[in-house]
Amino acid sequence: MIKGKGIPLTITFLTGVIIIVTFFIPHSPFGEFEQTALRWYSIIAGFTMLLGVDSLLRSHIKKFRKKDNNWEYSIVVFIAFAVIVTTGIIATVRTGNAFNTDTSFMYIYNHMIIPLQSTMFSLLAFFIASAAYRAFRARNTDATLLLITAIIVMLGRVPISDRFIPAVPALTEWIMSVPQMAAKRGIIIGIALGAIGVSLRIILGIERSYLS
Amino acid sequence: MKKLCYLLLIMLLVGAYPALHAQTGTMPLDPDTAYSDTIPTEIVLRAEDTPNDAGSAITVTWECNDNLPSGLITIVRINGEEESIVAEDLMLTKEQVRDTDVADDKEYSYYGIITSPDNKYYRTKDSNPAKSEAQWFNTDRTDSFVAVLFITLVFVWFIQQAKKGKSFYIRKINGLDAIEEAVGRSTEMGKPIMYILGIGYVTDIPTIAGLTILSRVAKKAAEYDTSVLVPCYDPVVMTTAQEVVKESFTEAGRPDAYQKEDTMYITQDQFGYAAGVDGMMMREKPGAVFLQGLFFAESLILAETGHSIGAIQIAGTTETAQLPFFVAACDYTLIGEEMMAASVYMDKNPLMLGSIVAEDMVKVLIIVILFIGLLLGILGPGLGIDIFNNWFEWLIRII
Repeated sequence: MIKGKGIPLTITFLTGVIIIVTFFIPHSPFGEFEQTALRWYSIIAGFTMLLGVDSLLRSHIKKFRKKDNNWEYSIVVFIAFAVIVTTGIIATVRTGNAFNTDTSFMYIYNHMIIPLQSTMFSLLAFFIASAAYRAFRARNTDATLLLITAIIVMLGRVPISDRFIPAVPALTEWIMSVPQMAAKRGIIIGIALGAIGVSLRIILGIERSYLS
Repeated sequence: MKKLCYLLLIMLLVGAYPALHAQTGTMPLDPDTAYSDTIPTEIVLRAEDTPNDAGSAITVTWECNDNLPSGLITIVRINGEEESIVAEDLMLTKEQVRDTDVADDKEYSYYGIITSPDNKYYRTKDSNPAKSEAQWFNTDRTDSFVAVLFITLVFVWFIQQAKKGKSFYIRKINGLDAIEEAVGRSTEMGKPIMYILGIGYVTDIPTIAGLTILSRVAKKAAEYDTSVLVPCYDPVVMTTAQEVVKESFTEAGRPDAYQKEDTMYITQDQFGYAAGVDGMMMREKPGAVFLQGLFFAESLILAETGHSIGAIQIAGTTETAQLPFFVAACDYTLIGEEMMAASVYMDKNPLMLGSIVAEDMVKVLIIVILFIGLLLGILGPGLGIDIFNNWFEWLIRII
C-alpha cells in the first residue's frame, strides 16, 4: 500500500515516465497526453493567480496595518491595483474586450506600464557599465586577457573600427565563433546532462528535496 | 440607333463578365468548362500518410516545374463523390501541403488546379489514393530514443554501484560551500536572506534546481533563526516555494518561525518584477542574496542592486547569456551543471552521487566522440583523404 510521501513519489514517477513515452509514441492516447497535461497545468496556473494576488495584497495590508518601514508605498500598490482592475472591468463591459486599443485599460498599459518597463530596461546600460568597470580591471593575467578580449570585441562591433583597423571585425568574428562558441557549447552540454540528471533523479525518487 | 448601341454595350459587358471575372483570379468552380485538362508542364501530385503523427493527416507533395515558378496551386480533396478544397492558391514552390481534416483508414485522392502567371487554369491528374493512420513509434526520434535509453542505463548502473556501497567523489564547489557563510553573515548582521528564483516557471528545470537549493538554504536559515524573503514571479512557483520553505523550517524544528508572507508574489511582468525585487533589496537590505533559477535581461539589474547594498551574492543559472553578468556582479556563481548538482553536493547521498558520476561518464563519452570527429574532420574534409572523409560522413549521419 502506497502512503505518505510514497503517493507524490508514485505520481511523479508515473507522470515522468508517461511524458517520456509520449515523446516517442504519437498514437492516441499517448500523443495528446503532453498537450492535455499542459492544459491541466494552465488551468491550475490560472487559479494560482488568485493566490498570487491574495499573497501580494495580504503582505501589503499587513505592512500598512503595522505601519512598517515604507508603509506609504503600500498605498500606491492599493491604488494601482484598484485602478487597473476597475478600468479592466469597465473596458470589458463596454467593448467586450479590455485589450482593444481604444480602451482606458490599454491606455494605462501603453502610456504608463510600457514606459515604466522601458525605464527599467534602460537602467541596464548603467548597470552594464558599472559591472564592466569592475570585471575589466587588469588585476591579474586572467583579468588582463578578459580586458584585451573585451576591447577587441567592443571595437569589432562598431562600424568605425572597420575604417581604421580592418582586422578587428574579422578577429571579433573569430573570437565569437571559435573560443566563445566552444566554451558556450561546453557549458550547454553540461547543462543538458545536468538537466537529464535532475529529471532522472526526480523521476526515480532519489531526489526528494522538493518534497523536503 | 442609340438604343441599339446601349443594347450592344450591355451585351458586350455581360459577355465580357466571365473573362473579367477570371482575370481577377477567382477560382472557377466548374472543372469541365473553366480550365483545360492539358497541363503544359507535367505536375504530378503524390499523396501519402503523414509519417510519425497521431493520424488524421495526409501529406500531398508535388515537384515544381521550372516553367511555372511563380504559379499558384489549389489542392482539392476527392472523397468518393464529394470534393472539397484543402488549400487555396499556394505557391507552387511550396511543393507540399498537409491535409489535417481526414478520417483514419479511409481512402482519399487529390488533384490540383494550377493558376499560371498569365491567369490560365490547368487541372492536374488525380493523385494516388492514400489513407491516414496513427503511428506507434516516431521514427524521426529514434536517435533521441537510443540516447535516452543509453543515458538511463548508465545512470541506473552507477546508482546500483552506489547501492552496493561503492563510494564516489565529488569535487569542491565554492559557491555551495559559501551558502553557510552567507547565511551566517546575514544572521550576524541581523538581516534577512533574499532568495530570488528568477522568471522561470515550475516546469523549467533551473527553477526546480533553484527550489531544491532553496530547501537547503531555508533549513540553514531556520537553524540560524534568520528570515528568508522569496519574491516570486509566478504564482505556481510561489505556492511551491511556500511549501518548500515551510517544510524546511519544520524539518529544522522551527515551524513557529515560518512566515508565509515572506514568500510573496510580485508580478508576472519581467521588469515590474525586477523593479519590485530591487525596491525590496533597497528597503530590507538583506545580508545575503541568492539568485538561483532562470534569468534573462533582468539578471544584471538584480545582481548589481544586490552588489550596491553590500550583500554577499551567490548566483546560479543555466542561461549562458546571463552567466557573464553574474560572474561580474556576484561573489559566487554556479555555472549550469553545478547548479543542477547542488542538491547532490549538499546532501552527499551516495545514490545521488552515483547519478553525478553517470553524468560525468556520459560527458567523457561525448568528449571522446568530439575528439574523434575533430580528427576525422581534419583528415577527411580537411586533407581530403577519402577513407577518413567516409568515416566522417558516417559519424555525422549517426549523430
